[in-house]
Amino acid sequence: MLDGINESLVDWSRGQFALTALYHWIFVPLTLGLGVIQAIMETIYYKTGNEFWKKTAKFWMKLFGINFAIGVATGIILEFEFGTNWSNYSWFVGDIFGAPLAIEAILAFFMESTFIAIMFFGWEKVSKRFHLAATWLTIVGATLSAYWILVANAWMQYPVGMEFNPDTVRNEMSDFFALISSPVVIYKFIHTVLSGWVTGAMFVIGISSWYLLKHRASEFSLKSIKVASIFGLIATVLSLWSGDGSAYEVAQKQPMKLAAMEALYEGGEGVGLVGFGILKPDEVKDMTAKNPFYYKFEIPQLLSLLANRQMDTYVPGVRNLLDGGYLQRDGNIALSAEEKIEKGKIAIQALADYRQAKKDNNPELAQTALNIFTYNYPYFGYGYIKDPAELVPNVPMVFYFFRIMVYCGCFFLAFFAISVLLSFIKKYEAARWLQWIALLSFPLAYIAGHAGWIVAETGRQPWAIQDILPVGVSVSRLTTSDVKTTFFMFLIVFTVLLIAEIGIMVKVIKKGPETVIDESI
Amino acid sequence: MDTYALLQHYWWFVVSLLASLLVFLLFVQGGQTLLFTIGKDKIQQKMLMNSTGRKWEFTFTTLVTFGGAFFASFPLFYSTSFGGAYWLWMLILVCFIIQAVSYEYQSKKGNFIGKRAYQVFLIINGVMAPILLGSAVGMFFTGADFIVNKDHFMDLSMPIISTWTNPWHGLECVFHFWNICLGIAIFFLARVQALLYFINNINDTEMTIRCRKQLIIEMVLFLIFFLVYLVHWVFSEGFAVNPETGAVYMEPYKYLHNLIDMPYLLIIMVIGIIGVVYAMFRTIFSKTWRKGIWFSGFGTVFTVLPILLCAGWNNTAFYPSLENLQSSLTIQNSSSSEFTLKVMAYVTILVPIVLIYIFFAWRALDRHKISEEDVENENNQAY
Repeated sequence: MLDGINESLVDWSRGQFALTALYHWIFVPLTLGLGVIQAIMETIYYKTGNEFWKKTAKFWMKLFGINFAIGVATGIILEFEFGTNWSNYSWFVGDIFGAPLAIEAILAFFMESTFIAIMFFGWEKVSKRFHLAATWLTIVGATLSAYWILVANAWMQYPVGMEFNPDTVRNEMSDFFALISSPVVIYKFIHTVLSGWVTGAMFVIGISSWYLLKHRASEFSLKSIKVASIFGLIATVLSLWSGDGSAYEVAQKQPMKLAAMEALYEGGEGVGLVGFGILKPDEVKDMTAKNPFYYKFEIPQLLSLLANRQMDTYVPGVRNLLDGGYLQRDGNIALSAEEKIEKGKIAIQALADYRQAKKDNNPELAQTALNIFTYNYPYFGYGYIKDPAELVPNVPMVFYFFRIMVYCGCFFLAFFAISVLLSFIKKYEAARWLQWIALLSFPLAYIAGHAGWIVAETGRQPWAIQDILPVGVSVSRLTTSDVKTTFFMFLIVFTVLLIAEIGIMVKVIKKGPETVIDESI
Repeated sequence: MDTYALLQHYWWFVVSLLASLLVFLLFVQGGQTLLFTIGKDKIQQKMLMNSTGRKWEFTFTTLVTFGGAFFASFPLFYSTSFGGAYWLWMLILVCFIIQAVSYEYQSKKGNFIGKRAYQVFLIINGVMAPILLGSAVGMFFTGADFIVNKDHFMDLSMPIISTWTNPWHGLECVFHFWNICLGIAIFFLARVQALLYFINNINDTEMTIRCRKQLIIEMVLFLIFFLVYLVHWVFSEGFAVNPETGAVYMEPYKYLHNLIDMPYLLIIMVIGIIGVVYAMFRTIFSKTWRKGIWFSGFGTVFTVLPILLCAGWNNTAFYPSLENLQSSLTIQNSSSSEFTLKVMAYVTILVPIVLIYIFFAWRALDRHKISEEDVENENNQAY
């Protein structure tokens, strides 16, 4: 960490952003998933004219609305926190990063907020067709919104389509198409939205199963379960595929994150994937850890296969990434962390020399400094790193949360497959064991989603923008107590609102769909 | 004017337009503060709540869009103001957070803090949002305490480029007379517009009469604060920029000069003021006219837009630094690159489509005015 930057300020700023993002992510996946499910139900109503489906869709919409409101509330903070808590970041990459946020608001958020009003208040005021279109456009708007936010996030993981401008001291966009269509964006978008669909499906099945356990609203529950199970199964299968794509991109673009995900300290050829492992807490603090596991179950050569699509290929570990000297896939020898830090410092000094030479009206010196800067710019961010150990993220956190996400994914696959099967052979109502599993396991969808984000974001540390800008250089110049105060302010506000949301949801669920559907209890 | 300069001016126009629309849409906040003044029983309050409740998302979305557009087009402002005037923006955000859930949750069972708590949230939002946003905009003309130095990026001991030089981090702006004067003017404007909106949107004779009466008080208060501010603004010293060197200096009557140099802005502003005044007076003197919100809505946008354009166009520093005049932000030194502004300009071509669907959606919902029967019908999912 740099001398002049207060480490606790950076930690509290990160904490505040993480708090906001994690709270926001409690609500967004349900919006994305439940939104599509209720739109499917309304589409069945539109096609068949069967009032049952209209009332079923309306019940789920009630829950959607309760969840949506708090999602909006937490979302607004995230956008503005880039400015309030990460002011240096906002200038350094605002030329690129601001565009997706603005486009999100103009093209997606307006669509969502306009049509949601029709969706809720328009049942008696617009035609069936217009209402159905509004329901779909609401969820299309929400999904587009997610796309543009994920464009911004993916760019932080894999910055493309930009050039550094030494006169303005910032990165500037040079290729918009590269920004919005990088493979990292595509996989991240698909994986994230699908995880929302899984959450929506688990939510519907969990609540419907509770009704079945209580012997309530059986037709409503069984039909909701059938729709959600098929939807959830499709989403899980595609989610596994997009997860593999995302992990491949991590291996290529963020090898340190991959090493942390696998607690791989010493790399090699034909590396195995740790299916299950328990880390030694003392050992993993040491970057040269030789035997970081108490126990591990490893699938031979699978990590090499997943990371490089070939079983015998080389995957670097934490130590290799710090020491360098191995042959990279592009044919170059990897630099050590210390070499990168040295080059970064040269780049920073050259930029200072360039600007001074410009002020002194010395074009020759400016050009020389610029050449040095340009040559070393790929390592610019490393110049702010004091100790190579700072380049290693929190390995246990990334390792365990990655496994939590994957285990949950495997569970969802099995669960939805059984659920679909029992729904089609009409045995779900009798399978009380599955109803209990559904009820007790739907929080796993939330846990999996949060675990995924924790892996993605903590695995990127210490970078705000991978290899270009460390988080310590991104902050606003505030006091720690300023940020601490707002952290607790948001913690209290969000927690109160979350409790209120859960309370309202529970009431509506307890009241049940019978209030909108004529069905014997 | 070269392409880059044209794009910078265009984006200042877009941001100013969004801010103007936001001021208009603050009628939702104004309406929230009038809940107990106009609604004398629970049914009337429910009608009022459902009237603004179907529009609050547009205010909210416009605020988000305003933030996003500012970030994309003038990132140095985003970096300097949001990171510096930290407490001002945090308070604004908190008052919007509590608004977002209040409509949906207040009437639902199990909300655990009670209906009244959410109504208080809406009143807090209704008072704080216009006053704080107005005061924040006031800083465009009165300046703020900050320094920007991009060379700091190469200082390994402290590489942060923007520094707010007082510990209040933006709260000081509400203790500045002219900032708070503008904030209060916007607050009363929001209440005026809310009354005009209720008259248009709600079918209830008793409340309509009450709205027309209340309008007189709100109009007088609005006009006092607005006219005092306007006169001060027109004759105040402004922050001018030398187009050759980029140096910022104080110029007497700068904003008056801007209006004279750009007479079309003066004309638009006069039309806007006439629109608002016409809407207020005709509504007060007529017992049946309900279209005041349209005149006052367009009037508000037409009034605010030229004021904001005067802050950034015609070689003016839109975010002046009182600590170091040369740190002041101009549309030239704080904007995104030409490429980004161009890409974003293409995106704005789609804005008319957005406006068209918003228009049709509003029309579909507003075709049926809010009535007692409407809010009591459970099928309508009323708040």
